[in-house]
Amino acid sequence: MTQAFELTVNGRRVRIETHPDTSLLHALRNELGLKGPRFGCGLGLCGACFVQMDGKVVASCDTPMWSAEGRTVVTVEGLEPGEGLHRVQQALLDEQAAQCGFCVSGIIVNAATLLDTNPDADEEAIVEALDRNLCRCGVQRRVVRAVMKARCEGPCHVTPEDAS
Amino acid sequence: MTVQREIVAAPALPKDLAANPVLSRWVTVHSGGTIDVRVGKVELGQGILTALAQIAAEELGVDLEQVRMPPANTAHGPNEGQTSGSMSIIHSGPAVRAACAQVRARFTAEAARRWDVDPDLVTVRQGLFSCGERAVSYGELAGVVDLDVAADPGGPLTSGDRSVLVGMSAARLDLPDKIAGRPRYIHDLALPGQLSGRVLRPPSPGARLLRVDESRLADLDVRLVRDGSFIGVVGADEAEAMRAVQVLRDATTWEESDSLPDEDDLSAFLRSGPHETIEVLTPEGPEPEGRTIRATYSRPFLAHGSMAPSCGIARWNDDGTLSVWSHSQGIHGLRAAIAQALDMDAERIEVEHAENAGCYGHNGADDAAFDAVLLARDVPGLPVQVQWSRQDELAWSPLASAMTADVRAVVGESGSVSSWRYDVWSQGHTSRPGYLGVPGLLAGAHLERPWSYPAPGDPPAVVGAGTVRNGVPIYDFPDRGVTGHRLLETPIRTSAMRALGAYMNVFAIESFMDELALATGADPLEYRLRHLGDARGRSVLEAAARSAGWGNPAEEGVGLGLGFARYKDKGAYCAVVAEVEAESDIRLRRLTIAVDVGRVVNPDGVRNQIEGGATQAASWTLKERVRFDRRRITSDDWESYPILRFSEAPEVSVEIVETPGTPSLGAGEAAQGPTAAAIANAVAAAIGVRVRDLPLTADAVVAAIEAAED
Repeated sequence: MTQAFELTVNGRRVRIETHPDTSLLHALRNELGLKGPRFGCGLGLCGACFVQMDGKVVASCDTPMWSAEGRTVVTVEGLEPGEGLHRVQQALLDEQAAQCGFCVSGIIVNAATLLDTNPDADEEAIVEALDRNLCRCGVQRRVVRAVMKARCEGPCHVTPEDAS
Repeated sequence: MTVQREIVAAPALPKDLAANPVLSRWVTVHSGGTIDVRVGKVELGQGILTALAQIAAEELGVDLEQVRMPPANTAHGPNEGQTSGSMSIIHSGPAVRAACAQVRARFTAEAARRWDVDPDLVTVRQGLFSCGERAVSYGELAGVVDLDVAADPGGPLTSGDRSVLVGMSAARLDLPDKIAGRPRYIHDLALPGQLSGRVLRPPSPGARLLRVDESRLADLDVRLVRDGSFIGVVGADEAEAMRAVQVLRDATTWEESDSLPDEDDLSAFLRSGPHETIEVLTPEGPEPEGRTIRATYSRPFLAHGSMAPSCGIARWNDDGTLSVWSHSQGIHGLRAAIAQALDMDAERIEVEHAENAGCYGHNGADDAAFDAVLLARDVPGLPVQVQWSRQDELAWSPLASAMTADVRAVVGESGSVSSWRYDVWSQGHTSRPGYLGVPGLLAGAHLERPWSYPAPGDPPAVVGAGTVRNGVPIYDFPDRGVTGHRLLETPIRTSAMRALGAYMNVFAIESFMDELALATGADPLEYRLRHLGDARGRSVLEAAARSAGWGNPAEEGVGLGLGFARYKDKGAYCAVVAEVEAESDIRLRRLTIAVDVGRVVNPDGVRNQIEGGATQAASWTLKERVRFDRRRITSDDWESYPILRFSEAPEVSVEIVETPGTPSLGAGEAAQGPTAAAIANAVAAAIGVRVRDLPLTADAVVAAIEAAED
């Protein structure tokens, strides 16, 4: 009952043969070996599996392959087209804004997408966007500080007032 | 880097090194220069491997980059028991320090022998041994120095070389992979020939599998595995295995019964007994005369709620051995439990730790590993990776026990406490593998020849107890009685979760301290200090209060609340001031925290642990409650078991109060109880209503207002 699906993943045209009901998450992880999107709930409720699809943030665990045909998908591995890290990733690393790190792939995809569309997003907008992501270790405020730093071109400092 | 050298000889080796004395168990020096340091503690997201690597690098006299920390393994590394209880730095720190100091001493001796000089003239810097113009590296000496020797009890426990490494905020070694989205977790492991497994858990605890209509699986490319009421599938394609287990749900017939208590009357359930009575402090006589104040507090059952559902991998090898990969907190205990459950020799089982999402206690990790062992038995030679669903993670992982406590105090004319009585009721706080002589692995209870499990037990008092952990107040009350009551019969599987009983006991004690202060017209900070002789405790309390602006006039509808404890009576001191805005809803704005964790290995690591612990405790306190009907747990996704979101997360500031010359005390669990009490006390300060039953939701506030009006 498998079918062939063609889509663009991280800038590369790929062909995946799988059951139409297989989730995009499992296709990315198991067929393409992209382990960055994580399985957290399978219900689209935690954000660990977030990827960009046609520029929008979607829960890949909740996206069947039949609906991904022909789409353009970017995972956490593909956010920075060249070598190195996307500025949101770098900011998270600089702020040590993670503990177990399991939720951060989805957080990074979500925050990077926000800053792509709204480079001046204020703290309220960042928090509102990230409200779709769950974190159990309790690094939410570190993440918000990091994303606020990632907004800036060049060196930039977050004042305590901004971060509060 | 080398500041001074003083060889310190001491009479005994640290406990974990004495138990695993052979140096090569801990350290391997490769000819290329990399040094593997193996520890028995595991990375749970808390950053422990980075902190231990800092200690190792300091003792070896190398840069942090030269040290590699391989995953814990039952065959190759030291056995250091569980990674739990905020004990890793306390136990593993001195062992790593001594092992590495002795390795360094052996390498130093070899360099000195080569050059025919006194070892005292050889210095070590950035992995290079030198004396005058001569120099040689660890890698160059690797093949010559024998580390298959026991640590010398008369040898050094430290090189005495204090570099800048310990005490600095080294960046976490594992975060670059995790932030880049590289494979790092057990979910990401893809061993040659690996198959996917899924288990269909029973529809309710105690359910028995009657029939399976196997024909329903005919079109699916999976193998069915059944042993009694344990049933699952194995296949090459993970998505296919997921579909198969959905089909299996409808293709099975189960016998079920109602076995769970009334979720709206947990107090009656916990108090119904039979109990084990735990006499912690027995009063010497009857309570004195005076004004008596009393209150009762409670918390519901809580779930671990790790972001990753549990996962395990197992392979039955051709030579009859068994390989297991698990994110267990205790790989040696897991190995023994598997051996016991399957009646096999533990020596034939190798368990390797693989990282997973944050672990806050005994969750489903061990159970998932055993699921993999059972499914892999049907496909010898091939590894099977079992992935739990979110629903199974929330409904079948061990829970943290509901608890309730009665507190009673007699206050004298000054308002000070002249007598204190505390009784707490709870299920036990451990069902870890091997507890009370049984394997304690979930699927074991579902096999054709099932293991039955006694009610959850409690860790012994020497390691901090369970039900009565932090049940004794730190304050200098003249007359105290503290008793625990552990429930001995229960259908609900509970086990260790971050701080065990301390979260509830500190919530109750510290809420009651505020109630006593208010009832006697005292300021809550002054009231605590009046009863507190412990100097380090006083410093921490005063630091948190000062940072939070304690005593300044508050805005309308805003309240500050204090919570304080010394974790396990001998661990870290932690004081929390919560700032709460309470109007139509409760909004936790800020947590201002001071801690004294003794010697700090990694300050940012300590801050991250305290911030995270406090934020998680805020989630437990404000939102969380496991829901169930009389048959099954119903809170099995993030809608029915909501946790704190970004928009609800408070700003957290952490001040580290240092007491020079004191040993490390651990940090991971210190903030849990103080945070809960601080929030409840802040709510009471903001709106004048005392909520004694968690979680502290808007509904709970309304209920407390109504109760106060009755």
